[in-house]
Amino acid sequence: MKYVRAWITPLIALLIAFSIGAILMITQGSDPIRAYQSLFTTAFTTQEGLAKTFGKATPLAISGLAVVIGLRAGLFNIGAQGQLISGALAAAWAGYAITGLPMIAHVPLCLLIGALFGSLVGYIAGALKAYRGIHEVITTIMLNSIVLQLAEYLSNGPLKEEGSIIARTPDILDSAKIGTVSGLPIGFLLSGLLALGVWWIFKKTTTGFRFETVGKNKNAAWYAGIAVKRNTVFAMVACGALAGFGGAVETLGVVGKFEPAFNQGLGFDGITIALLARANPLAVIPGAILFGGMRGAGPTMQFSAGVSPEIIDLILAIVLFFVTAPIISRVLKLKSDSNTQVTSGWGSN
Amino acid sequence: MKTPALRSKKPIYIYLVIFAIAVSYSLNSVSTVAVAASSITFGLPLAMAAMVGIMCERTGVVNIGIEGTLLTSSFFGFFVAALSQNLLWGLLAAIASGAVTGLLLALLTVSWKMDQIIAGTIVNILATGLTSFFYKQGYSLPAIFPRWSIPGLSDIPFLGRVFFQSGPITYFGLFLIFVLYIAIYHTPWGLRTRAVGEYPSSAETSGISVRKLKYTNVIIAGAFGGLTGAYLTLELVGSFDRGFSAGKGFTALAIMIFGRWNPIGALLAAIFFGFAQALANQLMIDGLVNIPGPFINMLPYVLTIVVLAFSAGKVRGPAAAGQPYEREQA
Repeated sequence: MKYVRAWITPLIALLIAFSIGAILMITQGSDPIRAYQSLFTTAFTTQEGLAKTFGKATPLAISGLAVVIGLRAGLFNIGAQGQLISGALAAAWAGYAITGLPMIAHVPLCLLIGALFGSLVGYIAGALKAYRGIHEVITTIMLNSIVLQLAEYLSNGPLKEEGSIIARTPDILDSAKIGTVSGLPIGFLLSGLLALGVWWIFKKTTTGFRFETVGKNKNAAWYAGIAVKRNTVFAMVACGALAGFGGAVETLGVVGKFEPAFNQGLGFDGITIALLARANPLAVIPGAILFGGMRGAGPTMQFSAGVSPEIIDLILAIVLFFVTAPIISRVLKLKSDSNTQVTSGWGSN
Repeated sequence: MKTPALRSKKPIYIYLVIFAIAVSYSLNSVSTVAVAASSITFGLPLAMAAMVGIMCERTGVVNIGIEGTLLTSSFFGFFVAALSQNLLWGLLAAIASGAVTGLLLALLTVSWKMDQIIAGTIVNILATGLTSFFYKQGYSLPAIFPRWSIPGLSDIPFLGRVFFQSGPITYFGLFLIFVLYIAIYHTPWGLRTRAVGEYPSSAETSGISVRKLKYTNVIIAGAFGGLTGAYLTLELVGSFDRGFSAGKGFTALAIMIFGRWNPIGALLAAIFFGFAQALANQLMIDGLVNIPGPFINMLPYVLTIVVLAFSAGKVRGPAAAGQPYEREQA
């Protein structure tokens, strides 16, 4: 029964969101069945579509995990976006600027540098939360904008590809590229391993236990001798490292360079995925595949049914609404699921 | 009655600011006037958006959905005005749609007792989804709200150009900020509001309907956010794009904290933010410095973090902000 309940709300939320999407398409004079059909057949049955789906799903899964760690530790990490971009850019730099390394060293190095830069962005938000009491929602949103501007400056200035008209870095070297294993991108397999890892941390380790205790009740955690502030910083660093890693995987496995326009919105979809998965790391993976398919194949709806791809934004927003607002559980008279409570004051902790 | 923040400001700062403006004006009057006028232009929407936060938090509702309110209302303001070719309809649509976002937030947080941060995020993400799906290119406004020069006052050197040659929403917005200040500290409504924000159960005991007051305030705040959206699209910019509000709703929260949840304090904080932006722009225009564009763009965000890092911890917001209120059962 517990498992049924964990699945039923997200499934109904998806159903409602797709229905509302269909109604909107009808009002705009398009055929929703054709639109959805082309969306899902492209995303999940064609070879090219599947490659796109998994390519998109990889950073989505990893940034979803970054949000999950935050939620479990009582932090609402809206900054996966900025952390991811900083990791993606750093990995791109390491991918073209560091030469002469064999693949076996170059790829891990790039991933590590991406995670490092992501964690740096996470650290700023974590430290400001722990030691100055500034809510992470404000700092991470501000950091998202700052990182984006910095990335635009760097990819259009010091790190710009010579002779390029648009802002982008040079292509990464072949020794830094991640390939595929029998059709599945290695990056996606990595994200699956990461999901298992995060699940294991929360299930089996004291680190995970400390995160969750701090997330559930700071005072109790403090009373139990847990260093609350240090844990807050550490949790944000972990979020940032994961998201930065996700950005690096996207650079090395999909994009092959850094281009500011390529990573837009990934971090925000990560939030929706994490909440859809009810902060369960393993449930992040199917959510990310679904969202990756919709994001990857969204533009095909334009050709086949004349539906603008922005409908995906709207559908995902409606999913988020129905997953988090306690409407479905009220109507179905389910016992209200424990709400994730992440609010704390702005000025103090 | 004690009115914090204003009393605690030492007048010496005011003299220093006036002195600095006077020196700068005598050195370069054109640039000084331009910077001062732009400080108001850039600062006003932030101040007005901060009022949304103040009204909500004073009744114990944390509103991080201001960004969504601004986005929704500037969207409706722009498209209603463009389709009807009438700015007033746009203004009304903006205010009404802002109020609807307030109603949604009140429903989620007051009635359904959702986590207020997640509720605000929902408002933001829904607003982004709606406005980017329904956005259509190729519409334009008939005009933007014209500047009204107030006869007599607008001829005063410096002050005239800075304050008395603005558009109607600017005057109205500034007026409402002062009204809100008086209302919060000097009216029964303000006393009740503050009581609910600090200690809702004792407010309820003294006969205030916490639920009703929260609903009223959050909806009015939403309408005020709608006015801000109307200012942005119908008076300041004259156009609309996806992601039009560009984080102003979040900066407004920092301004609210910096201004200690006090309308006048927040207004001053917002003008300071506007000043930083205006100064950077003017230095670029005058060719005195050459800062790459992205660094100019990130200025408000960096400033938000720096200001919070120094002012948070020293200030305390309404005690019950962020907590769902559960009426005790007899």
